[in-house]
Amino acid sequence: MHPAFQAILTIVIGVGGCIGYFYFSNLFLDKVLFPARGENAGRNINRANMIRPWLFLLPAMIALGLYLTYPVFATLKLSLFDKSGENFVGLGNYAQMMTEAKFWEAMRSNALWLVVVPALSTAFGLLAAQLTDRIWWGNIAKSLIFMPMAISFVGASVIWKLIYDTRPTGQAQIGLLNHIWMQFDGGWGSVLLLRVLPAVLLAGFAALMGWLAWLLIRALMADRAGGFWLRIGRLAGAAISALIGLVAVIWAFGAATANLPYGAPQQWLTIPFWNNFFLMAVLIWIQTGFAMVILSAALRGVPEDTIEAAILDGANAFQIFFKIKVPQIMGTIVVVWTTITIVVLKVFDIVRAMTNGQWGTQVLANYMYDKLFTASDWGVGSASAMVIMLLVTPILVWNVYNARKEMR
Amino acid sequence: MDNIAGSKPALVWAVHISAALLVALWLFPTLGLLVSSFRTGDQISGSGWWQALSTQEAQLPAIRLKGEEVQKDGAFVIEGNLFDGRTSTISRWGINSRDPNAFAAGESTTLPDGPTLTLQEDGAFALSSTSTMAEMRMPRVFATATTPPEFTLQNYNNVLFQPKAGQGVGQAFLNTLTVSIPATIIPILIAAFAAYALAWMEFPGRALLVAAVVGLLVVPLQLALIPLLQFHNSIGIGKGYLGVWLAHTGFGLPLAIYLLRNYMAGLPRDIIENAKVDGATDFQIFTRIILPLSFPALASFAIFQFLWTWNDLLVALVFLGSGDDQMVLTGTLLNLMGSRGGDWEILSASAFVSIAVPLAVFFLMQKYLVRGLLAGSVK
Repeated sequence: MHPAFQAILTIVIGVGGCIGYFYFSNLFLDKVLFPARGENAGRNINRANMIRPWLFLLPAMIALGLYLTYPVFATLKLSLFDKSGENFVGLGNYAQMMTEAKFWEAMRSNALWLVVVPALSTAFGLLAAQLTDRIWWGNIAKSLIFMPMAISFVGASVIWKLIYDTRPTGQAQIGLLNHIWMQFDGGWGSVLLLRVLPAVLLAGFAALMGWLAWLLIRALMADRAGGFWLRIGRLAGAAISALIGLVAVIWAFGAATANLPYGAPQQWLTIPFWNNFFLMAVLIWIQTGFAMVILSAALRGVPEDTIEAAILDGANAFQIFFKIKVPQIMGTIVVVWTTITIVVLKVFDIVRAMTNGQWGTQVLANYMYDKLFTASDWGVGSASAMVIMLLVTPILVWNVYNARKEMR
Repeated sequence: MDNIAGSKPALVWAVHISAALLVALWLFPTLGLLVSSFRTGDQISGSGWWQALSTQEAQLPAIRLKGEEVQKDGAFVIEGNLFDGRTSTISRWGINSRDPNAFAAGESTTLPDGPTLTLQEDGAFALSSTSTMAEMRMPRVFATATTPPEFTLQNYNNVLFQPKAGQGVGQAFLNTLTVSIPATIIPILIAAFAAYALAWMEFPGRALLVAAVVGLLVVPLQLALIPLLQFHNSIGIGKGYLGVWLAHTGFGLPLAIYLLRNYMAGLPRDIIENAKVDGATDFQIFTRIILPLSFPALASFAIFQFLWTWNDLLVALVFLGSGDDQMVLTGTLLNLMGSRGGDWEILSASAFVSIAVPLAVFFLMQKYLVRGLLAGSVK
């Protein structure tokens, strides 16, 4: 049977089956099982109405149970058995995974992705939302920044691979990045753009992180009444921002003193450590549009009178943005951040297409795919899938907690 | 309101310029691939795509002369043109790769094996000799020429209608369509009924089910691969379209239920209660009132699911086979990147074929897409 014909048949059977199921099951319930007539009419109506929700829910519950809930437990079970899935090995797979250098490489790059991609996507999204909100061609600009959302990760990888393309010295560079790179010759312009500017930016970022840590510490000192978890949270936040700040300081020194190979075309995707950032650029490029759309709606929801009051008090544009608008949309920023975090945890296509995990760019999802389908090791593969699940769990709990709070 | 703060002209200009820079930065990568897909392989490897619109001077790859030998005035002559139909202007040329710029246009040289070669500015050449050149190996010419901008649809023609083995983008296009349309339509109905029950019917455990759906939204589908493959094998589906449709349906349901429930819960209570008072059953309320009113949410989800199934790589890799009749566009593209990573004319045209449909859907239905994002920004 031709697949296209099979597709049409499936649509007809699927849709017809759904409608038929819902129609006839309701009919059966009302006319045969609990008919609304005779001496028990009232009781029957009540009974039918108790059962009806479950009729409506049944197909969805079966699909969700079979395709999402059952696999979590089945994968958990598989992760405790050996390669073939027959002999119980306890935590053996996890132990074996911990000894593999590739696994730790994947964990390290995933950690890097988790910090950089949500942060930069949200930051660019916020910037784009604020910039395009008040200009007349803002909607066109938004459309164009949002567009990469529609492009597949593989398609985006092709697009960016052209940017990172390398030709041998002496030939014309057809990759945009190498073309720009070849313009730098080590003169004062290069020093300004490639040493001073990054160092200043990183130092500024470090200062921002330090300031954030200081704010959190100060809040911790001042607000003795705060709950235990709030205090722990503030302490952890301060420690993390101090750490990130410290890293930024080290990088700023690195940027200022790095010995750059001017004049030689670079194979960007094979430069250890930094190639991770070239891969991340693809995801940031895609996710910024998402962040922009959500944050732009949130910015428009900021009450006008708070901005008016700030203007009357003499606040400038930057103060209005950072002190009035951003604090009021903090909830939305968190939602955007966590949503992108989940995308990052599952990132697979980009790494698969651009480097396939070589040159130190392995990530968890690709590591898992390699284990499952290249090495056919279902035990270790499932164990690494469970690691991804474990990393998602805090966000899952947080989302459920918020949803329940909203329901009340 | 903001215009008070933005009344300084300098600031307004700064905003315009920064926004334009940002848009350019976001547009350039796609533009590069689009422009490249309309250039020949030689053009792509000869110069960056940003130079495609300007006339440029470049050294052409070696061209071997060919033509019919005629006798003219007692000499044997072969005449022809280096560029068949194209308009390039030659500045310098040479006959070996060590010195490709030896002669100016219009000059003549004597080849090592006897004949004289003259090359004009427009590419016309004349090769003349006192003896026949039928047995001679024809010389190669290295030319530096300026070529005006030129675009071609040949790449699209090649990848769509004359594919070499393993590059069947046209077939992959149909396969992708086959995957994504049923996988978009089937979950909608199932989810709509469930969403109605969760939004408007009273029963014990409702809150728990809603929480479960929210939780399932973020469960990585990586966990589902092996157990579901085992399950499909055990019930006899194996690898194939049916398996992909079922998998996409299952994976799409949480978002569908979540989006639709949120939307339906926001519909006015009066309408539904009035209908109930008039004696409508839940089934009638759902099909006659809720479903038509929920059209925007249904459209939002349909777009999400379509983009997601069209762009998906992982589910197709795992649940579909790898034969020509089952390869989807993303999979084909992945293979092309591996096997023909340097052939940008094939790669760029193929990539644009795969991007075209989602982009069209995106620009036509952006309103619904944005609405859906705002309603359920979790997935």
